[in-house]
Amino acid sequence: MTDETRTEISLLVNGETSVLIVDNRRTLLDALREQLGLTGTKKGCDQGQCGACTILVDGRRVVSCLTLAVTADGVGVTTVEGLAEDGELSPLQEAFVRLDGLQCGFCTPGQLCSAAGMLAEHAAGWPSAVTRGGTPDLDEAEIRERMSGNLCRCSAYPSIVRAIQETAVSR
Amino acid sequence: MIVGTPRPRLEGRLKVTGAAPYAADVPVPGLAHGWMVTATVSRGRIRELDAAAALALPGVLAVLDHTNSRRLNPDAANYFGPDGSLPLLQDDVVPHAGRPVALVVAETPEQARAGAAALRIGYETEPHDLGFALDHPAARPASTLFGPEADTGDLAAELAASAVVVDEVYRTPEETHSAIEPHAATAWWADGHLHAVDTDQGPYGISRVMATLFEIDRDRVHIRAEHVGGGFGGKTICGAQLILAAMAAEHVGRPVRVALTRRQVFLATGSRPPTEQRVRIGADASGRLRAIHHHAAFALSPLAEYIEWCTEQARTLYAAPAIRTQLTAVPLDMLPPCTMRGPGATPGSFAFESAVDEVAERLGIDPLDLRLRNQPSVSPVSGRPFSTRRLVTCLTEGARRFGWGQRDPRPGVRREGDLLVGTGVACAAFIAGTFPSSASITAEADGTFTVRSGATDIGTGARTALTAVAADALGVTTEAIRLRIGDSDLGMAADAGGSRGTTSHVFAITETAKALREKLPGADLPVTATVDTTPLINWQPDQERNTYSAIFAEVTADPATGEVRVRRLLGMFAVGRVINPLLARGQLTGAMIGGLSMALHEEGVHDPVSGRLVTADLAGYHIAAHADVPAIEADFVADYEPQDTSGVNGLGEIGSCGTAAAIANAVWHATGTRQRTLPISLSRVLSP
Repeated sequence: MTDETRTEISLLVNGETSVLIVDNRRTLLDALREQLGLTGTKKGCDQGQCGACTILVDGRRVVSCLTLAVTADGVGVTTVEGLAEDGELSPLQEAFVRLDGLQCGFCTPGQLCSAAGMLAEHAAGWPSAVTRGGTPDLDEAEIRERMSGNLCRCSAYPSIVRAIQETAVSR
Repeated sequence: MIVGTPRPRLEGRLKVTGAAPYAADVPVPGLAHGWMVTATVSRGRIRELDAAAALALPGVLAVLDHTNSRRLNPDAANYFGPDGSLPLLQDDVVPHAGRPVALVVAETPEQARAGAAALRIGYETEPHDLGFALDHPAARPASTLFGPEADTGDLAAELAASAVVVDEVYRTPEETHSAIEPHAATAWWADGHLHAVDTDQGPYGISRVMATLFEIDRDRVHIRAEHVGGGFGGKTICGAQLILAAMAAEHVGRPVRVALTRRQVFLATGSRPPTEQRVRIGADASGRLRAIHHHAAFALSPLAEYIEWCTEQARTLYAAPAIRTQLTAVPLDMLPPCTMRGPGATPGSFAFESAVDEVAERLGIDPLDLRLRNQPSVSPVSGRPFSTRRLVTCLTEGARRFGWGQRDPRPGVRREGDLLVGTGVACAAFIAGTFPSSASITAEADGTFTVRSGATDIGTGARTALTAVAADALGVTTEAIRLRIGDSDLGMAADAGGSRGTTSHVFAITETAKALREKLPGADLPVTATVDTTPLINWQPDQERNTYSAIFAEVTADPATGEVRVRRLLGMFAVGRVINPLLARGQLTGAMIGGLSMALHEEGVHDPVSGRLVTADLAGYHIAAHADVPAIEADFVADYEPQDTSGVNGLGEIGSCGTAAAIANAVWHATGTRQRTLPISLSRVLSP
């Protein structure tokens, strides 16, 4: 039932269409977690400061805690649950496990989605704040700068960077 | 042998696919949501609490406050003793800003949050005191639960006979654990039993506190903490999220989830208290230390005892004829502190190892050399031998790898473009040991083994490490081990804290495996062995047991902006036998980055008028991000702990301990100015 406080939206999440009625106050993060049962996306701060809730919206990385669900009607969403294909880990996921790019694992879904989006941004030629002209190589400084929206208090940063760099090189 | 080989963590696949369930992820039918409401004044009383408007909102089921909440047992305690902060919603007293004063329960989180916003709360404000200082009039000796402070030799005489005396005061601010998973719990009651999925560092210990609070048998409290999104000490205490969820679930007769907001994590879950530390060190002209006096003060709440044991380094790192340590507690109207990564040792090492560096500076002796010249052969305070002490190897091997030998000793002279460059060193010790734990292992009919332990894995790799240890102890591959952890029903176990979780659980599992192997020949399967290590632990060992580190840092300082950046960080560690080098290295580099973050970024700031924390989010309270983290290396020296049957020691804390001092010493070498207050922020570099 929709009324002035609730709205029906349609979301294409990890390749599946869902129609749901959301509280107009509901964030995309809570719609994914509470209504679609996709709890892989994490709530670390609910105010856009930690990056744990990062997902891909139409291929671009977005903090889902700062996105109202009603504004996401009709978009395509990829969450951490959609990164593996047919049970096969993506190269990024595989590298995170093998190189131990995680400890407690709570920021990991956001790190992974952010890294996937970042690699696409880099492939499209986007510069970062540390880029100095030309097409930037994805060296450690570039990766660190581009990933700085994703906090990791266990500070698995060195192995996260290694995992991303290895994935980028093998592409 | 599986122990000693690098292996990825067992739950890695679950964590990279989003399938690992954390406390706020577990689906429960009929779930209601609780929204915590915290006090906005720093001391006073609740004058009125009007819930009518909140209760009239759609979906709001109940408002719990001090007037309608069930009574809780006031005698509940934490590790340090009775804890008056645990019984929530019992009276109108507001002991500190951020104290939970109500919980709004509703069908959805949005409705609960709207209800919380509609609560009308009036306070009688009383004057508060957050003016922390070593010489505060309320200062008193700290608890001696960890043993008496050191007092050997004639301090005054040795100071008088010293060629140089460093006498300085160092300060560290309030710091917050900031695990990325906020505290959350889902609780429900069934047949007089309390069930909960909680985020904590030791579900067994938490179940005991909850049983006391709710005055029921511990056997009726079932706490699960299967995956925990970081702890760093901040989830060792029985959290408000769990207490309130259990109260509310009873009140509304439904399961209730309480997930704290980030702001509430800052305001209501414990922090490392601020410290002020006076260190006096006297030395003769040859660099031989004669006198060490470390007097540290920390803040706490009158609600609960607590110890920030800053004086540990002074009693173990160096030999000196006179060593005195003093620890002072200053009760203030603050959130009760709780242990945070490298409790005591981390702020204590910053002060002590900075002062040692200042001795080297005044004598014109290389700071690495000064440290090597003063190594004790036995514990300088107790006179007991060390069980293993590979600190010298950490220092010399670290120096070799870091290139310390080429170091120009002069401060403030190396420039690269606009930047000043410097290097620094510090070392640290952290007390090690074993706490009582139990384990049980079943040899199944199909040849596999089910291992049960009340341990929890907060990101330490405990699941992977304990599986490896069990496999070796039983002489099978890890595929034959089914490890169950993270549940208070799995038996008494130490929590993942104090660098003792894995050590304690490893001991319980190896002893249980031994007992099972004795039972196995000819036994009908399945057969189970259970061991509680309580009677096996030697609480009075005749040797001192520590882990050790040497940390080397290279920094740049920009004299125009005051910005300090760490360019290189190397840690050499002696932590006993290493169970899994891949995961151990990650834990240690992570802890070193925690130390970097403490050195340069982290500072809890209170408004001087209202007393409220103004840095209560991750924008105001900066923790190290990807771009702050340089090339960093952690490695081990060969070590074996003879007091442990597996040769292991904990390594949760030692990584953070020496890092801040190494960075501060490097900042001095770069700029020529000592930074005696953390964090070394831009303004402190520009106007020290």
